[in-house]
Amino acid sequence: MDFEVMIGVEVHAQLLTKTKIFCGCSTNFGRNPNTQVCPICLGMPGVLPVLNQEAVELAIRAALALHCKILRRERFARKGYFYPDLPKGYQISQYEEPFAAEGILSFERNGNCKTIRIKRMNLEEDAGKLIHEEDRGSLVDFNRCGVPLLEIATEPDLTSPKDTHTFLAELRQILQYLEVSSGDMEKGHLRCEPNISLKKPGQSEWGTRTELKNLNSLKGVEKGLLFEIRRQKRLLESGQPIRQETLLWDEKREIALPMRVKEEAGDYRYFPEPDLVPLVIDEEWIERVKRSLPELPDDRKKRFVETYKIREQDAQTLTLTRRLADYFEEVVKIHSDFTLAANWIITEVLGILHEKNLSIGDLSVTPARLAGLFHLIQDETISKKMAKEIFVKMVESGKQADEIVRVQGGQIRDEAEVERIIEEVLKGNSEEKVRYQSGEVKLMGYFIGQVMKRTDGKANPRMVNEILRKMLEGNPQKSGVQKK
Amino acid sequence: MELCEQSAFVLHQMLVSKEISCREILLSLLNRIHSRDLNAYITLFEEEALKEAERVDQQIKRGEDLSPWTGIPLAVKDNICIQGKPTTCGSKILTSFQPPYDASVISKLKEKDCLFIGKTNMDEFAMGSSNENSHYHPVRNPWDPTRVPGGSSGGSVAAVASGQAIWALGSDTGGSIRQPASFCGVVGLKPTYGRVSRYGLVAFASSLDQIGPIARTVQDCALLLEAIAGYDSLDSTSLDRPVPLYSTNLKREMQGMKMGIPREFFGEGLDSKVEERIRFAIHQLEEAGVEPLEISLPHTEYAIATYYLIATAEASSNLARYDGVRYGYRTKSFRDLYEMQSKTRQEGFGDEVKRRIMLGTYALSAGYYEAYYGRAQKARTLIRRDFDQAFEKVDFILTPTAPTQAFKIGEKIEDPLQMYLSDIYTVSPSLAGVPALSLPLDIPKDGLPIGLQFIGKTLEEEKLLQIAFACEEMKILDNSISS
Repeated sequence: MDFEVMIGVEVHAQLLTKTKIFCGCSTNFGRNPNTQVCPICLGMPGVLPVLNQEAVELAIRAALALHCKILRRERFARKGYFYPDLPKGYQISQYEEPFAAEGILSFERNGNCKTIRIKRMNLEEDAGKLIHEEDRGSLVDFNRCGVPLLEIATEPDLTSPKDTHTFLAELRQILQYLEVSSGDMEKGHLRCEPNISLKKPGQSEWGTRTELKNLNSLKGVEKGLLFEIRRQKRLLESGQPIRQETLLWDEKREIALPMRVKEEAGDYRYFPEPDLVPLVIDEEWIERVKRSLPELPDDRKKRFVETYKIREQDAQTLTLTRRLADYFEEVVKIHSDFTLAANWIITEVLGILHEKNLSIGDLSVTPARLAGLFHLIQDETISKKMAKEIFVKMVESGKQADEIVRVQGGQIRDEAEVERIIEEVLKGNSEEKVRYQSGEVKLMGYFIGQVMKRTDGKANPRMVNEILRKMLEGNPQKSGVQKK
Repeated sequence: MELCEQSAFVLHQMLVSKEISCREILLSLLNRIHSRDLNAYITLFEEEALKEAERVDQQIKRGEDLSPWTGIPLAVKDNICIQGKPTTCGSKILTSFQPPYDASVISKLKEKDCLFIGKTNMDEFAMGSSNENSHYHPVRNPWDPTRVPGGSSGGSVAAVASGQAIWALGSDTGGSIRQPASFCGVVGLKPTYGRVSRYGLVAFASSLDQIGPIARTVQDCALLLEAIAGYDSLDSTSLDRPVPLYSTNLKREMQGMKMGIPREFFGEGLDSKVEERIRFAIHQLEEAGVEPLEISLPHTEYAIATYYLIATAEASSNLARYDGVRYGYRTKSFRDLYEMQSKTRQEGFGDEVKRRIMLGTYALSAGYYEAYYGRAQKARTLIRRDFDQAFEKVDFILTPTAPTQAFKIGEKIEDPLQMYLSDIYTVSPSLAGVPALSLPLDIPKDGLPIGLQFIGKTLEEEKLLQIAFACEEMKILDNSISS
């Protein structure tokens, strides 16, 4: 039975600050255990946190890029739980007053555009790390403790593991693009915890939601989700209940197992952090960050319309993702027929991505190569129709356009050659020639078709048209096709 | 008068004039400490202090300039961190804990060559009003050793009152400086929230805790506040406002000032002897030209409940870090992590601390948060507003510091609610974040001190000290010492 799938994600991205969120310790990754610590991040008695303004700045960047509303005045909260990697017995996070909320992130997959709503964004501190060793027992490394994290939670708008993969890739790209986070999932700099629920089509109630943890790569996210969807399906189909729980993904065994109950959180007893004053983010600060931002998609869309004189709708499509927009701009840097580039990318490039289930980043045809193809159209080496076929061959073979043209030949543009072929066609169709000359001009299309058939479509259409008229009517006539 | 009974101000002048040495002051204090066991100290830095005194004396010999704080021995409450010194907070759970850092107030005092004599006894984690909740046993009231010195800064206050320290640092969350100051007959000030950095003060209730000075004279109290007040980049809640020269600007004309007498502070529960003395003090101030105005702080009746919800909620979170994982006490035998943490806390915390952790945990729990913590926050806003409105009409507010004189050791320990009511007049200013000072009135015939509380507007410590100083000049109070 087919089920509908609803996925939301909670992403934790380590921010690229030089120092930790509440103290001056370095955030360098991979140093010897407990060498990047101080009384503050170790939560010793009497110490107090002081908020790192750089972390706030990076969070503002991300919030702006994801079109979130940034709260002007917000308080941090304490989230209480006991665990040896959490030295204060609480994590400083945000609860009732999130950093930012109500954003969106749009992405393209298979040529379709999807928009995922961002529910909220929080600034918080990371915990330390437990290391379990057989001979020495459990050890704890606090180097990571206090590294700033940006928590980004989406609404459950994702509908498949593939979508989730693409969404995360897109989000990661934005965070990297803005230099907010390194986005390195393997190193745990970006962690993703999706929640999933299923329902039978037509039913109104969604099933119980479960959460997945310990996913260390985008592939892992996809695999984990596929596993969990299958597991939930089996339970639903056999009429068994789904428990609301958190499952841990085991990368090696490719299974997800429920967390031990003790590790699961009960009541976090959130309350406003009294050691920090409310964080006030004024318009001026936001504007300053805005000015330092790389161009955001909306602005880019407007610029595309103005600079490249393309239709707004096309600009919208081209700026759906930064990669697609970058791709377009790389192409038009080399090739100046903006309209051709825009149309081609929207129809042909997105078309083939959809057909082959790829993303623009996977495409072997680089912008330079696509521009190369356009040059061949422009200098009439190939026709637009031929170009479409050559493009498919480029995608499939990884070869450049001129390589393919060199092998299969370009347009036939030698006048003598074209004349020779036309003569042959006219000889073989003498009856039609008579009919044409007696006024049945619509037969022109028939002759062109015959020529193209004989040349595998390689004859230059403008040339064929002109020579045909000349040979049929005896005197050269300016046809609708004008020489460029 | 022995040196240990002198004020810091006088001792400084004697040092400058080379009449005495720093070593002599210290020996006088140590003699008093060893001759009279009040259990005021948990740790004494005897040897180190003697070395430090030696260094100061060399400085004097060389004719170097002395700051008013140089070489004047100071006692520090044992919840304020001094680098490399045991900091127990009167708790078993911090056994052998030595902070690798100084509290910001300690750094400031070190810069001024202040001499630290030791760490004083206190109610465990500053939770208590009698000093009976110390793992290191109760402190005795120097005026009557069968009575409590008040709490939680009982050790600091008893030391100052008995000549075992010239002055001391305490901390005040809901009255922990003022109530014992009242019980032991010394001057104690709780500054405006944010006036003094909390960095290095082991937290009890973060939104209420303030470090403050304890001394035998108003001038010493002003001098000590001057040294520790001011903005600190390590404490986000500290106020970035200039620090007045409190100690040199103590004179003020009292004529024409308005004092508010809140009727809610003179009701049920106020001991008649205490009330009589306070009324007499009001009369004396009136004679001096201060205009009394009966005022109302209408939400006073909610103060104790509000305080015990907010303070316990914050405490339950602040004390979560004592889990035996990194420092301090750890239980001897356990099977797993969970058992190690719970047994450590079970064995390491005393009853009152556990009671408050449980209360606070309950108040913050899902489903109860709004009814308890949420409402307490709202009540706190109302209490704060009461004070704002009152200060539109009056220059300062005058109340008793505590409803009774010092009670007997053991008298209230079995009845937490009775104990909590000992803070009834001190918690309101704490909740409002405004400064308040307890000034000792002259000792009645029974020999037990009574304190007068002056409450001021935010950041008006200077005015409070000036008023207290004027009272001192008028001999409304008594700086006599219990020896």
